[in-house]
Amino acid sequence: MQKIAELIKKEAESLLKENKVTAVWAWQPGEFYYDNSPVCFTAPEQLDKLVYNEFCPSNLGKYLMAGSKKNETMAVFAKPCDTYGINQLIKDHRIKRELITVIGIPCSGMIDIKKIKNQGVKGIISVSVNGDDVIVTTAYGDKNFKKSEVLLAKCMSCKGSDYMIADKELGEKMEVKCQKLNPEDGVKKLEAMTSQERFAFWQQELSKCIRCNACRDICPACSCEQCIFDNQEAAVAGKASANTAEEQMFHIIRAYHVAGRCVGCGECARVCPQGIQLGLLNTKFAKDINEFYGKYQPGADDDSKAPLVDYKFDDVEPTISAKGVR
Amino acid sequence: MLKINKAKWAELFAALSAQGTLYLPAEVDGKVDFTVWQDGTEVNLQATQTAKSIKNVFFPQIENLLDFKTDGLKLSVEQRMLPEEDTIAFGVRGCDVRSFEVLDKVFLKEPIDAFYKARREHCTIVSLACSTPDETCFCGTFAIDATNPGGDITTWLVGDDLFWQANTDKGKELTEKIQALLAEGDAAGVIAQQKATKEIMAKLPLADFQIDPKIPAEQEKVFNSAIWKQLSDSCLSCCACTYVCPTCHCYDVRDFEIDNKVERFRCWDSCMCKDFTKMAAVNPRVSRLERFRQRYMHKLVYFPENNEGTFACVGCGRCLQKCPVSLNIVKVAKALGVAKDV
Repeated sequence: MQKIAELIKKEAESLLKENKVTAVWAWQPGEFYYDNSPVCFTAPEQLDKLVYNEFCPSNLGKYLMAGSKKNETMAVFAKPCDTYGINQLIKDHRIKRELITVIGIPCSGMIDIKKIKNQGVKGIISVSVNGDDVIVTTAYGDKNFKKSEVLLAKCMSCKGSDYMIADKELGEKMEVKCQKLNPEDGVKKLEAMTSQERFAFWQQELSKCIRCNACRDICPACSCEQCIFDNQEAAVAGKASANTAEEQMFHIIRAYHVAGRCVGCGECARVCPQGIQLGLLNTKFAKDINEFYGKYQPGADDDSKAPLVDYKFDDVEPTISAKGVR
Repeated sequence: MLKINKAKWAELFAALSAQGTLYLPAEVDGKVDFTVWQDGTEVNLQATQTAKSIKNVFFPQIENLLDFKTDGLKLSVEQRMLPEEDTIAFGVRGCDVRSFEVLDKVFLKEPIDAFYKARREHCTIVSLACSTPDETCFCGTFAIDATNPGGDITTWLVGDDLFWQANTDKGKELTEKIQALLAEGDAAGVIAQQKATKEIMAKLPLADFQIDPKIPAEQEKVFNSAIWKQLSDSCLSCCACTYVCPTCHCYDVRDFEIDNKVERFRCWDSCMCKDFTKMAAVNPRVSRLERFRQRYMHKLVYFPENNEGTFACVGCGRCLQKCPVSLNIVKVAKALGVAKDV
């Protein structure tokens, strides 16, 4: 990853020096090695702060929205999974394709620090990653992990090393090596439940919500200029976790709204401070769409018609009950 | 000093619970949070911290204040009862104990907040000293001694013994009621643990982190600094930091119509929200930069200016753990510290 970081830095430098773009979106380090933040570089001398390692999970695509509005030229470094979100934002007319330069960067999977910390690791001083070996130095002694066992859930269901959009690719493609996880397995478990069990599951899961909106704000499919949940005139504007029903409405409406546009990046679940399994809702929609309309991957391109906004003669018919009969 | 062995904790919690609703750190849905103790609660005194702060107990995310009812042309107003039940907050860490100092300066100043005051007066705070500080901890920045956290009663967990020391009249009163369960203990173990904890703290990445004195002193320069743009550009404007923060205290008051009745409630608000402090005429902070800046100006500049230098941060590190993009007060304060224009 160190090698790729150097390539990224070089690329960013030439883009800014040659005035090909006015801004470059990448990552900068935090306090603990594992807490890198997205950052917008606008001058070559800022680039000594650029970082790329196993702790850069954020998709930077959504940050291009603000610059797009102002007609700024921007470059963005995108891992293979990030490119789906970028395509979706282009398709939803939130990013102007002609303004952006997408640089594909290889990724071998991002580490979930929470998985490490959940095993009782505290007082982390540094983390070093060498192949599959992760050595965590803490104030209480060193701890060893296997990278393949502490990857983010979203990386365990990695869609592959291909870029869905890239003006340039840096380095050699990498694979995520781990026991693969199929997000649909979780959905199948839910589908096997009785409706009462399923209701109880979601009641329990969604009652954890504190309405911080992090899931919405990170989502590359949630890109409305004004979210209905921010509309003070609407009775649904929710700052308060008023009761479980309200939280259910927020998450369910959001899931409906992104159905057919959700790229399955898994960021909603990653950023949830309460650990709600939000991806399950979206995966259920994606699974149904695949079954009803044929396989479709949002974000795989920027011009296909999504099944829910397209009509074909052989589309599945909704179940219509006879008039007057429920 | 008094002590109680692990074997007797269940009895201790039952006895405390008989004196009032007992809140303590317990495992809930895979996380440790303050929970009302009942028989069978999975108490966790090992976790360095609860996911959410003790603020939730004193200043709940949502609470109803008034009900309005109409009957024809008659309007009746019914005030909600003040929360005057006795409570005990057990296992509160030093950072969260200090958060009361910050919240008290807001809610107990005129006009006094009757709901907060009632909860505060009816609660006995039993603190728990830290022995396994985390890398995100920086209470030392605010001169908080995590190994001697204060409150009405201080406790230390050393091995299987919980050491107990009453600090205030309220604390002594509660201690007397459960005295039969407590035994005399030797303070040597506590002193050794305090020393060891401080040695660990000195090794942590934020051990030497200080807020540059120029930040609260140079209000105008800080406000106008160029660094806000780059910092705020990365912020998602979600409310995760404000909602897990033990000192964030802004709220909104709203009406909710239900069954011919209007409930007036208050709920936490966040300066990160687009409509924060939106008034009839205008929203004073229209951009993300302005809203982002407000949060840190409030904590590091305005609050200390109005409250004898007290920062509205206690170094609990929850925002460091929960921000989806790892932006936090440490990053902001460090950036301001080295900013050339401040």
